[in-house]
Amino acid sequence: MIPMLILEYALSYAQIAMVVAVGLSCWRMIRGPRAQDRVLASETIYVNAMLLFLLIGMGNGNVFFFEAALVIAVLGFITTVCAAKFLMRGEVVE
Amino acid sequence: MNQVTGLPPVAAILISLFVVAGSSLALLGSLGLVRLKSFYQRLHAPTLGYSYGTLLIVLASMAMFSLLEKRPVVHEIIIGVFMLITTPISLLMLGRAALRRDRDTKLGHDEVVPPRLPHEDPGPIQPRDLSNYGEGLIDRGLLGKAPPHDPDRDQEPRE
Repeated sequence: MIPMLILEYALSYAQIAMVVAVGLSCWRMIRGPRAQDRVLASETIYVNAMLLFLLIGMGNGNVFFFEAALVIAVLGFITTVCAAKFLMRGEVVE
Repeated sequence: MNQVTGLPPVAAILISLFVVAGSSLALLGSLGLVRLKSFYQRLHAPTLGYSYGTLLIVLASMAMFSLLEKRPVVHEIIIGVFMLITTPISLLMLGRAALRRDRDTKLGHDEVVPPRLPHEDPGPIQPRDLSNYGEGLIDRGLLGKAPPHDPDRDQEPRE
């Protein structure tokens, strides 16, 4: 039962680490000197939240967290691309 | 967490290694996002989490669910392939947007505004012939000797 205990501790550590990573990215998003820093921080928040959802799904044995993680990944990509287009041209749809 | 009891011990230790390594890499990426100085350095740091963190955690999730359900569970690979495709696109667009913004605001590739260059002493002020100013040439002396003015040519009609 020792490996199961190790796995549980590893999953708990990983979830806490992802929460801390989201917090650090939030700090950069609040602090960020310019707009592209905030966009990069939002992309990092999306990816870290996606990994956090995957880890919660591993801990629960629940498949629905995988679908939530997939939706978060797609939304993060679309958000970053739209924000980068807006920063580059000043408008999203040309 | 009582559903993980069906795992073999070696697989459990391997999965926990993968999970710890992936989440530590993602945490390091966010730490670099906080600590690095300029934007172009910060653009590199979270890619640890985008590539290796996602890869390791997706592999661990696939291995764990495959071993738990006694059948190959590979639907997590969608996330891995999606991150593999979309992350370079979004970061490339973001970097190009930042380059364009820096070029528009005359900033260097750094956060701080670069200091003014020390003003060079131009020497004594020389008079310059500015009669052709507006045709793209400030110093008329570059043209060499100008032809002498011919008052008869002023009367000719121009095409």
